Amino acid sequence: MKTVNRMTGQQRWKRIKKCKYLYIILIIPMLYYFFFHYMPMYGVLIAFKDYNIGKGVWGSTWVGLKHFRKFLTDTYFWKLVRNTLLLNIYGLLWGFPIPILLAIMLNEVKHSKFKRLIQTVSYLPHFISTVVVCGMVVNFLSLDGILNQLLESLGFEKTQFLMYPQYFRTIYTASGIWQSCGWTSIIYLAALTGVDQEILEAAMIDGANRWQRIRHVTLPAITPTISIMLIMQLGKLMTLGYEKILLLYNGSTYETADIISTYVYRRGILSNDFSYATAVGLFQSVVGVILLVMANKVSKRLSETSLW
Amino acid sequence: MQSVKMQRVKIKSRKPQSLGSRLFDVGNYILLALVGLVMFYPMYYVFIISISSAEFINQGSVNLFPRGINWDAYKIVFKNEQIWTGYKNTILYTTVGTLINLACTAMCAYPLSRKDLYGRSVITVIVTLTMFVSGGLIPLYLVVSQLKLLNTMWAIVLPPAISTYNMIVMRTSFSAIPDSLMESAYLDGANDIQILARIVLPLSKPIMATMTLFYAVSHWNSYFPAMIYLNDQAKYPVQVIMRDIVIQGDMAQNGDIASNLNVVATNYKYAVIIISVIPILMVYPLLQKYFTKGVMVGAVKG
Repeated sequence: MKTVNRMTGQQRWKRIKKCKYLYIILIIPMLYYFFFHYMPMYGVLIAFKDYNIGKGVWGSTWVGLKHFRKFLTDTYFWKLVRNTLLLNIYGLLWGFPIPILLAIMLNEVKHSKFKRLIQTVSYLPHFISTVVVCGMVVNFLSLDGILNQLLESLGFEKTQFLMYPQYFRTIYTASGIWQSCGWTSIIYLAALTGVDQEILEAAMIDGANRWQRIRHVTLPAITPTISIMLIMQLGKLMTLGYEKILLLYNGSTYETADIISTYVYRRGILSNDFSYATAVGLFQSVVGVILLVMANKVSKRLSETSLW
Repeated sequence: MQSVKMQRVKIKSRKPQSLGSRLFDVGNYILLALVGLVMFYPMYYVFIISISSAEFINQGSVNLFPRGINWDAYKIVFKNEQIWTGYKNTILYTTVGTLINLACTAMCAYPLSRKDLYGRSVITVIVTLTMFVSGGLIPLYLVVSQLKLLNTMWAIVLPPAISTYNMIVMRTSFSAIPDSLMESAYLDGANDIQILARIVLPLSKPIMATMTLFYAVSHWNSYFPAMIYLNDQAKYPVQVIMRDIVIQGDMAQNGDIASNLNVVATNYKYAVIIISVIPILMVYPLLQKYFTKGVMVGAVKG
């Protein structure tokens, strides 16, 4: 028994020694993951503590669920959840079908030059920075911007759209679609190249017209892709990036524009309320993971496609 | 793939088309042209305003073509020291950041692409876990602050050093290199560091080019890390400077603008936007080619 163990031990050592240089190469990447991913994960502990910079993560006093209780009983909490969910749902309702439609429409185009032209202009916004997109939105919607010029020439009153909470969701959703619909359609276009041409031709011979072919052949063929994309979107319902909102919102639109992650940013980075902000962020990611797992389960049952 | 498509087009076009099918095509082309217009016009509008003169802009009569063409707005923008500094900083962060990205990503991807690496599966789990679990904004901020990186370039370039998704794509590409090449290098007495530098990297130019673009564009466009980690204005990248001017309406050059009859705040702001977008537009053909490939790879695997 002993000799067998020693043999495997030696063999193991031999194998490790053989990869000596590979481990040396890995040192820097592993340090990176340690410092910038695992240290912050350990730092999440401050959500259950009163963080004190002098005492560090471990030394600060435990306070249990104090910050969670404070957040969950705050009336503002429900407003944040509502805003986060609604902005996501609007984005899903409008932003989800449009790339699919766009891909199907592009797929029906026979002139490859026209198709390439439309693709070229619709992918471009994806590469433009958030600051530029928001800069365009802010200036187009300002009092002397193009939209107000148009409204004025049609006899309507000028409005400062970004100062009123009732317009924020529309502005956010529309600019999001403008920036990403072309790019997202690529995934569906890739799926469409996998549609079986023989089935399409058979349908044509059987007398199916264009609509019928799209509805009964093309669409079913990309349904798995659509449902995977939908699961990913549903799993993200509670998460929303702050980058765009931080540039578009202001005090007068918090009513509809303030979301969980912008709140985390303000409480944590601007007011140095580190423990509380971390607790809010942790709450958001835990709910996010639960949603993702649930969405995946539902989809598994309904259509036998799943992320894992 | 391309040739199959071409054949299909030929077969289809030889057949006589029904009226319904033709109507469908007409409707489809009109709708797509509209989509193209909606995508293109905002950017075109920014450009024509930036070269039009104040008189016509204030009238609101610049819609389809620039009027009173002049480059005065750009001349004033070029006089802005802040923008020059921002541009220099962005170029520095993008260059250093991308080099760090490429080196670290390759150093992580190569060992993981080797099936004989002892402990490969454990390391893979450690790395891929970070795609799903993260500490969040505040804990990362505190780590950056504890490492004394605040208000330095390193706060911008180090935290995003490896994108795990890109690393996995690179690993897949590395593992396609035939083992026989490495074995013969071993026989010649080379070690793994030499193999990575002299065999793997030179054979992986296409994937390295793709990754360079991926990383460089994200550095060029990023503003949030700079906003939270930097507080010295001389270190701001161009995106943050642009946010101050274009979104918050911070006009440091009011005097210059007021004294030039051709320039108002609007075309000045739009000129700033155009200047920041030009580098992206210059590499756009490349971006479109490589990024599309990247998405396709991801989609096929997903």
